[in-house]
Amino acid sequence: MSVAPLAGPVAAGGEPTRGHVALRDVHLRFESGRQSIDAVQGFDLEVRPGEFVSLIGPSGCGKSTLLNVVAGFIAPTAGAALVDGEPIRGPGADRGMVFQQYSLFPWKTVRQNVEFGFKMKGVGRARREEAARTLLGIAGLLAFENHYPDQLSGGMRQRVGIVRALATSPRVLLLDEPFGALDAQTRAVMQQILTNMWQKLRISVLFVTHDIEEAIFLSDRIYVMTARPGRLKMMLPVPLPRPRDPAMTSSPQFMALRRTVSDLIREESLKAMGMELGDGLLDGLSIDARGKDLAAML
Amino acid sequence: MSTATVLKLHGAAGTGQAAPAREGAAPAAPLPGPLPASRAAEAPARPWAALLARGPSGRAMALGVLSIAAFLVAWHLASTYRLDAFIRFINVPGPLVVLDRLAHALDNPSFVQNVLISLRRIMLGFCLAALVGVPLGLVMGRFRVVRECVFPLSEALRPIPAIAWVPMSIMLWPTTEASIVFITFLGSFFPILVNTLHGMHALDGVLVRAARCLGASERQLFLEVYLPGTLPQIFTGLTVGMGVAWVSLIAAEMISGQFGIGYFTWEAYSLIQYADIVLGMVCIGVLGLLSSAVIRMIGGLVMPWARGSAVQEGR
Repeated sequence: MSVAPLAGPVAAGGEPTRGHVALRDVHLRFESGRQSIDAVQGFDLEVRPGEFVSLIGPSGCGKSTLLNVVAGFIAPTAGAALVDGEPIRGPGADRGMVFQQYSLFPWKTVRQNVEFGFKMKGVGRARREEAARTLLGIAGLLAFENHYPDQLSGGMRQRVGIVRALATSPRVLLLDEPFGALDAQTRAVMQQILTNMWQKLRISVLFVTHDIEEAIFLSDRIYVMTARPGRLKMMLPVPLPRPRDPAMTSSPQFMALRRTVSDLIREESLKAMGMELGDGLLDGLSIDARGKDLAAML
Repeated sequence: MSTATVLKLHGAAGTGQAAPAREGAAPAAPLPGPLPASRAAEAPARPWAALLARGPSGRAMALGVLSIAAFLVAWHLASTYRLDAFIRFINVPGPLVVLDRLAHALDNPSFVQNVLISLRRIMLGFCLAALVGVPLGLVMGRFRVVRECVFPLSEALRPIPAIAWVPMSIMLWPTTEASIVFITFLGSFFPILVNTLHGMHALDGVLVRAARCLGASERQLFLEVYLPGTLPQIFTGLTVGMGVAWVSLIAAEMISGQFGIGYFTWEAYSLIQYADIVLGMVCIGVLGLLSSAVIRMIGGLVMPWARGSAVQEGR
């Protein structure tokens, strides 16, 4: 295997050839006791090699669950989940994952965390140390190689987490609301770092978030999900030019996209809330419980 | 963590995790930049000053010394004047007599022999308990089937104090030596097992998922995640286990009566060597203190990350 640091799927400047993710008519049903919950129904999704795709939707819509299907932690109840045409069977190093919670091993230093994937593959100590140092150097984290995660700020921990996930050149990078725990300023910096990194690597990315601006700023395409049971509400291409910079967030194009996505999500969020409140309650208020009427009222 | 648990976790997390999780993890620093460096720079320039600030204050030290001194003086007075007011100090030797006795005891090969025998029993019983308890706890935490098999049995046996095992142990094992080691083993085994198991429950599932995403096999998970991830609880178990091991050992030595510092203490009573009783007690106390200090030291060595900022300055 190759220890070439941050080797993207691009073969010497060509178009990316690997890292194709496909979900085909995926259903997810969870049984808890006698109850069974339909979390996701008939979802189709595609990430083309080297593409940045976001999955967004109201909370509880199953977007993180779908990411866990691609990661291999959850098998779909029905339908197919494929990476480069092969069915996903359990988690593996070919799909790097960054979690919302800090997931660095607290008993390992920053460098040992980055080395972890190499170590699992049986790469010798000297080679994996060198590879990890190179990666940390590229990410501007070399000065902290001997720090323990507890000694780092939240943003730095997630940067190390991303480097660790990318270290062994996975086919696709999966991010589960990676910046959700960060404050607004740090999040903006991290988004810029991520988009720059992606620009260089051209690795396939599947990014789950509930932050609309984040999804637009980073993505080539956005999948908007409905409230539970999660279905595809709409797929939106993001025609903003690359490389992206924060100034674009005030462009009319960006604003228009943001309005579209946020309308879609508000509609779904209200629907979800309406369901939780119960139809009876809404009937009493003589409001049509579903969708646009309620959205318009509020 | 079984797939079923992961499923449930995600089923639950999907419903409303977003907002509370964000608030819960909010104390992140404002910038992803090199913050810890500035944190390190804020560290005191004089390390001894920090040490003093962290250690007990002057007042606490003075009070501590004062209370120990008061205890010794009261003991000395009570035994010198043969206090007899419900509790009787008629036969109790004073601290100076015990001190004198200690000087002689160190020259006495049979005393040293007894101490060494007790230490060997502790080492054997405790190490066996750790060697069985830690892996069993890890495996029980990882595999539900193993837990379901072992847990009821261990919960049934756990409330029986190791001392209550003495007669049974003498019947079970061919030699007294083996039965005493067995008692010591039993005493330390359960605290070690229970704490390891607790560590496995407390281990953050996201670390296991992260490791599996990085290609860790089941064996690698044990070595790289489960074991280091539960070390803090394992060391809690080892410290508690060491304490119980001493309690069990001394009781076993007193009852089954063949060598050891517990035997020495009990025999001193039988032989009316009253100073030796206190000597035995003090010796047991010191050995107990030293053995838990050793465990704490080893804990500090194998868990450098738990020492926090001290490491950062050390490097």
